[in-house]
Amino acid sequence: MNAGTAVPGSGTSSTSTTTSSAPAVTVLGEAEIARALTRIAHEITERNKGARDVVLLGIPTRGVTLAARLATLLAEIEPSFDPDAVGELDVTMYRDDLQRQPTRSVGVTRVPVSIDDRTVVLVDDVLFSGRTIRAALDALNDLGRPRVVQLAALVDRGHRELPIRADFVGKNLPTSRSERVGVRLRETDGVADAVLIAGRASA
Amino acid sequence: MKHLLSTADLSKDDAILLLDTAAQMAATQSREIKKLPTLRGRTVVNLFFEDSTRTRISFETAAKRLSADVINFSAKGSSVSKGESLKDTALTLHAMGADAVVVRHHASGAPHMLAHAGWLDAGVLNAGDGTHQHPTQALLDAFTIRRHLVGQRSGTDPVGADLAGLRVAIVGDVLHSRVARSNVHLLHTLGAEVTLVSPPTLLPVGVEAWPCRVSYHLDETLLQWQPDAVMMLRVQRERMGGGSGAFFPSPQEYSRTFGLNARRLAFLPDHAIVMHPGPMNRGLEISADAADHVRSVIVEQVANGVAVRMAALYLLLAGNESSERNAL
Repeated sequence: MNAGTAVPGSGTSSTSTTTSSAPAVTVLGEAEIARALTRIAHEITERNKGARDVVLLGIPTRGVTLAARLATLLAEIEPSFDPDAVGELDVTMYRDDLQRQPTRSVGVTRVPVSIDDRTVVLVDDVLFSGRTIRAALDALNDLGRPRVVQLAALVDRGHRELPIRADFVGKNLPTSRSERVGVRLRETDGVADAVLIAGRASA
Repeated sequence: MKHLLSTADLSKDDAILLLDTAAQMAATQSREIKKLPTLRGRTVVNLFFEDSTRTRISFETAAKRLSADVINFSAKGSSVSKGESLKDTALTLHAMGADAVVVRHHASGAPHMLAHAGWLDAGVLNAGDGTHQHPTQALLDAFTIRRHLVGQRSGTDPVGADLAGLRVAIVGDVLHSRVARSNVHLLHTLGAEVTLVSPPTLLPVGVEAWPCRVSYHLDETLLQWQPDAVMMLRVQRERMGGGSGAFFPSPQEYSRTFGLNARRLAFLPDHAIVMHPGPMNRGLEISADAADHVRSVIVEQVANGVAVRMAALYLLLAGNESSERNAL
């Protein structure tokens, strides 16, 4: 296992997307990610019969970028969508593993509109154990009382440790626990969009 | 960071991390539900050997907003008044399982002793020791300065910013002031320029080695140096052994020469702010019209104190430095 190649948040390794010398394998490219997001945007409007009450909240770091992209797409397909109804929800202070980790720095929470009685769609890049989403639900609880909370994830890699599921999934990726799934986005990482898997036994 | 004892050994990165974390903590304090679950199950002991109201309630509020359990231990009416030593008190706290100890002591260096003597393994936060240091006060002052002068000047969120190029005048009883010592070091670390303004009798020996300028003239400093922030210090009459007459001829003369009033306020640039660590001696180091002026941020300093102390408690208590980071 070659750790460190695609640790989320490291942003160090790789200009490598397709022709990689590292053991990271690209599973989604730029076009696939764009298509997945467009589909998720349509699914959000379909499920909620429009997007009038929808508030998108991204979970840092890359969830925020994805939420912003989804907001642009929603605004294009649904004129009723409020373009201000997109924000970011930092869950650091609600995590259940704070005492088992080195100190994490606290991120920005910005919720520009009231979430009371709205439909909140949480947006994250990779859905894994579900613990981040559990923390996000607790954080939401302190901010207001949404009518419905839904979850959109670009990648669902399985291995849930809590009874949590995504309502909108870009791609289901069967993985083993030892693999690392990394998401690269133009805005946050400065490289072309990609979803990578590192640490595959066959690599 | 395991302890917060002094601003002199705080690196610039750590100081900015503290201020940035405080900014996020401050944002949570404008919500309807101000309590966060972050330090649930942790115990914070407020160990106060010296009278304090605002620092103690500020720490207590900060710890409670983070869901920690708070135990207040004040020397008056406790085992200390029966003659218990600092060591035995520390061992008692250790036995009770304190995760952090917030300590105020009349002896300079007591928090350092608590942190390094091996009596307890809790994180130690210095809440003021003798005439040595008061790091959280300096941090909340820097936070207030950054928010007003860096944030408003650039019109953006000052996250990650230092205080480079700002001028801060610290005026008054420097000799007895741990606030001044902490501020001089922290503001210097963050890139600000500091001038101490004080009568020679109220300056400590060795002040020329501090990273700041020294002036004996308030009017001249305000007019010619044009500070961006003026920090008034309390005249600490309780520490002036020989009565207030020992360091300056009379309170009236001190007030005339070193007190901040509306006339002196007019010398300052329009954006300048007035600060005071409290409690104020109105009419002595600061006049009522200066204390209540629109440019006074004294009440805001108190509110920021809670956010800064939440940040300090979070950074000292939340993580576990020894554990390895695993992804997700």
